[in-house]
Amino acid sequence: MAERSFAREVEDLKLGEGDIFRGEGILAITKALLQSGVSYVGGYQGAPISHLMDVLADARDVLDDLGVHFETSASEAAAAAMLSASVMYPIRGAVTWKSTAGTNVASDALSNLASSGVTGGALIIIGEDYGEGSSIMQERSHAFAMKSQIWLLDPRPNLSSIVDMVEAGFALSEASNTPVMLEVRIRTCHVHGAFTAKSNKRPDYTLRQALENPLRDTARIVLPPASFAHEKEKLEKRLPAAIEFIKSKRLNEHFGPQDGSIGIIVLGGLYNSALRSLQQLGLADVYGQSAVPLYVLNVAYPLIDDELTAFCANKSAVLMIEEGAPDYLEQSLNAILRKRDIQTRVSGKDVLPMGGEYTAPVLVKGIRSFLETYARHYLGNQPPIADPSAVLADPRVKALTEVVPQRPAGFCIGCPERPIFAAMKLVEQELGQHHVAADIGCHLFSILPPFNIGATTMGYGLGPASASAFNVKADKKSISIMGDGGFWHNGLTSSVGNAVYNRHDGVILVVDNYYSAATGGQDVLSSRALNPRRKTNNSIVSAVRGIGATWVRQIDRTYDVARMRATLKEALSSTASGPKIIVASSECMLNKQRRVKPLFNEAVKRGDRVVKERFGIDADICTGDHACIRLSGCPSLSVKHTDDPLRDDPVAVIDNSCVGCGNCGEVSEAAILCPSFYRADIIHNPSRLDKFLARVRETIISWLKSRRDSRRIVFTDGAAI
Amino acid sequence: MSPDTALPDRSTLSSDKPITLAILAMGGQGGGVLADWIVALAESCGWFAQSTSVPGVAQRTGATIYYIELLKAPVGSRPVLSLMPTPGDVDIVMAAELMEAGRSVLRGLVTPDRTTLIASTHRSYAVGEKEKPGDGIGDPGVVVEATDFAAKRTIAFDMELLATKQGSVISATMFGALAGSGLLPFSKSDFEATIRAGGKGIDASLRAFNASFERAQAPKRDAISRTPEKRFSPLPGDAWHPKLNALVEHIKSDFPEALHPMLFAGCKKLVDFQDVEYAEEYLARLNDLLQIDRLAGGEPKTFQFTLEAAKYVAVAMAYDDIYRVADLKTREGRHDRIRSEVGALDHQIVYTVDYMHPRMEEVCGSLPRGLGRWIEARPKLFNALDRIVNRGRRVRSGTIAWFLVLYMIAGFKSHRRMTLRHEREVAHRESWLKAATDVLPVNYDLAVQIIRARRLVKGYSDTHRRGTSKFDRVLSAIPALVGRSDGGDWLSRLQRAALLDENGIALDGALKTIATL
Repeated sequence: MAERSFAREVEDLKLGEGDIFRGEGILAITKALLQSGVSYVGGYQGAPISHLMDVLADARDVLDDLGVHFETSASEAAAAAMLSASVMYPIRGAVTWKSTAGTNVASDALSNLASSGVTGGALIIIGEDYGEGSSIMQERSHAFAMKSQIWLLDPRPNLSSIVDMVEAGFALSEASNTPVMLEVRIRTCHVHGAFTAKSNKRPDYTLRQALENPLRDTARIVLPPASFAHEKEKLEKRLPAAIEFIKSKRLNEHFGPQDGSIGIIVLGGLYNSALRSLQQLGLADVYGQSAVPLYVLNVAYPLIDDELTAFCANKSAVLMIEEGAPDYLEQSLNAILRKRDIQTRVSGKDVLPMGGEYTAPVLVKGIRSFLETYARHYLGNQPPIADPSAVLADPRVKALTEVVPQRPAGFCIGCPERPIFAAMKLVEQELGQHHVAADIGCHLFSILPPFNIGATTMGYGLGPASASAFNVKADKKSISIMGDGGFWHNGLTSSVGNAVYNRHDGVILVVDNYYSAATGGQDVLSSRALNPRRKTNNSIVSAVRGIGATWVRQIDRTYDVARMRATLKEALSSTASGPKIIVASSECMLNKQRRVKPLFNEAVKRGDRVVKERFGIDADICTGDHACIRLSGCPSLSVKHTDDPLRDDPVAVIDNSCVGCGNCGEVSEAAILCPSFYRADIIHNPSRLDKFLARVRETIISWLKSRRDSRRIVFTDGAAI
Repeated sequence: MSPDTALPDRSTLSSDKPITLAILAMGGQGGGVLADWIVALAESCGWFAQSTSVPGVAQRTGATIYYIELLKAPVGSRPVLSLMPTPGDVDIVMAAELMEAGRSVLRGLVTPDRTTLIASTHRSYAVGEKEKPGDGIGDPGVVVEATDFAAKRTIAFDMELLATKQGSVISATMFGALAGSGLLPFSKSDFEATIRAGGKGIDASLRAFNASFERAQAPKRDAISRTPEKRFSPLPGDAWHPKLNALVEHIKSDFPEALHPMLFAGCKKLVDFQDVEYAEEYLARLNDLLQIDRLAGGEPKTFQFTLEAAKYVAVAMAYDDIYRVADLKTREGRHDRIRSEVGALDHQIVYTVDYMHPRMEEVCGSLPRGLGRWIEARPKLFNALDRIVNRGRRVRSGTIAWFLVLYMIAGFKSHRRMTLRHEREVAHRESWLKAATDVLPVNYDLAVQIIRARRLVKGYSDTHRRGTSKFDRVLSAIPALVGRSDGGDWLSRLQRAALLDENGIALDGALKTIATL
């Protein structure tokens, strides 16, 4: 994490007893870990939990003070395996990742961990990437908790509740010898709020003590017969212990009146939306008072049968609000009530959608429908409900669908991946379309306009592996893409090793931008920055050669579109056996600018001679076909209408956000587009020689120009009428 | 009353409601900064504030939304606020770009009963709009109409431009517009104190804030149009040169007045492209076309055919060749224009590197027609020369040597009429005009559209070839359309289709439809 400073956030981690913390949810969780006496923290970055990792990476002094070990794990599997330190020793540890993507990767270690059981509290913070803003497949992490028997916390989305639940999570883990997941949704991670802080706590038992006093117990190892004993222990000891803890500490909460003919059971994370919906229906207020009995599940798994039974017993019907499919909670509740022969009707996915985010309008509709069936009298005297449908039905608004463009995230200004895909598109124009297996990372934006490249994506570092079936004689080879992040996460073995071993005939393109860029610019093994606390600068080329690849090409400047294209063509036409690997490297521009801009400005201030480059377009020469844009999509390369009466179409234009990456010029050159692009080199603090040369050149060039102009007969603008 | 029908007890419920505010922005626009300011402002005034967002990935340009709720809550209370906007339940929507304002309406966030829309009217075009071979830009008028209808009140002006003028960024002007709207119960000095507490670029932010604060109180709205008005110069009374004056006289004496502005625009272009005689040729050709137009009954149609021809014949005559490129790159004024475009300060030195990639095709075209044809007839020689010529050149046009190269190439333009390219351009132009004039007496509207189809020919090298191919494909429909009264409409549809995508897929579809007529 070389290029961004989180110094301000680190200050928040130092708050003491009684101080008011103000900030984001994910940062509150980070603070809560330190308040809980955590010994070690690991994880793999990704929205929405990147911030936790980034801030801790910058918080060396705080962590050193407390004796906390923090590391950026190579993958979620590595992070989950790290929790193994809590199996034998009374050490609290926490790891974090984006879920369900990360939980999938981690699940091998998680299963083992859950089977062995833990002595010290083991907490897994999962950023549940579901609903609007999500960048992954829409699934529930709930299934992992159930299958491995890991407790799942889903606190109400306010900072105090979340912080309390972090602390309770560690205690629950220790009380039940079971790892605990704490689930926070995207908006919750980014919610700004406040809570009253406590002092940070040094761990009672340190990693050093553990290392110097090693313990082992065969009964904790997942191997028969211990594994059978684990299963028994899970069901007979750990589960009852957890239930007892959850009950006694009242982790689940009740709101609203004690009695009522109906009630609502809601997952903690959905509480605010449910309450806003009740408010709209005139059944709650903004201070959390409810006219309907509410049972809030801050613990999503396990369910507490007794509590549920007690809540449902005197009610004619309850509504279960859980987001996503399958409807695990609703099914469980039905089973619990059925077994006890309680006739309370259970509503849930019958009135609420099976899938999709539960926004307030969705919940209003579902709750109203539930009330209409079971307690119509609750709906009297309701205020008018917010309803934009009349507005949305108006033809003037409907017409917007034709003009408001889709605006997905895309490559940044000056992104070094853009020329790679420009080259691929040029190759495609020449040699036809190929099967392109994509991966996870910024480079996946290639699937969008203007590039439209990439057929499938199968997981992080799995791009080339996902092309492995296409290893047959054919006139075309497959091309697979993988970023440096995916490469080190999993790709070196699962994709490159796999291709080498099976002599895969395809082309593997490793996009190396020096960072884990899509997750915020964290360092990876091959990052070029010197990171005093990590070993960086490990070459991808050496790694693939080390694993047995023989056809390897390194391109050190992706902006060289012609070379990129030539190398791709060479790879596609090569008769060499095994994968043809191209490592295309250039620094992520977003991070490069963070690094270079301040240095440049300083140099200018100091009076150093420095040159700033940026691109421009001669509007007179541009014919408005926009072929350049179809090979770029750069935000700084846009179009504008002109007032020239002889022109119909807007011309291309480059705005001041251009960072002079060179893609425009290289593309127009390689694709033979048009001669309208120029690069302007702006010399700041020119030297004497610069000034002298400029004077000489200007004098001669001006003379030549005026010589020609004096012979030119043209209409001058604004000629006298 | 049985417990099942007992009414819920609402008596203790408070009727307080938070102020709800949504910000729609694009990644990298500083929507987060704005949201943070609003939260800090409210908190500093003793209000309870909650904001949240779904920024997702780190990359730029994607549409993002920030949502804020503000509540003057009693001390000790713990408000439960929503983490997402409810359509129909938003008091203030702030859109950092015009189409984002449109998006906020589409999402139902703007409703006439309560929402004030604060929007910047500038455009940041989406890839889908920019990449079209023609004009893919969305009509802002549709957005204005929708927001006027959907919003209770609208404060809309170009906040991006205002910010740039003050050396700041749009978050500062949007914050100023919010303050100027008077919608939040906080004083102007509270707003300013929030900016001061922020740390970076305070002075510029405050300037932008204040300018926007003032502007937001002015009732007038910026006029928004999709395209700027075309600039037609009036015919000059004296163009300071007898030859130019003669040209103007010809326009005046030979053509109806309605055609004058376009003819003058054409003449100006061609005098600049070649010389006065070239513009005379143009007027002569247009005069022929005018006579044909008159015979075809064009007078009651205000000579629409000739008017379109005045535009497109000029465009066709001013084709893009290497002489023109070299000429434009060595013009007086270019350097100053570039300096101002890139924002260079007086003491800074600017050099340009021009990216050029001539091929043997272009070089051959620029040679005298005999020589050009001779080389073209010898593929071996042509390819050998191509290997020398055909490569990307980075022309340092600010150095004397490179400037001289361009300067001399530009100097050859006086011989342009002798070149192979010119011969081909003339032939292409004449066959196009013949196609149009043949149709003119039979189907006036179709002939007009044939003239307009020249719009498809543009670009250089491959792009030019693709454009010409589309042009040919569009004109291939003439025989099928000539007998139809709606033939002109069909040809116009074909042109629009041709400009939708690069490879003419939509055009092929449209042509198939015509085949079934």
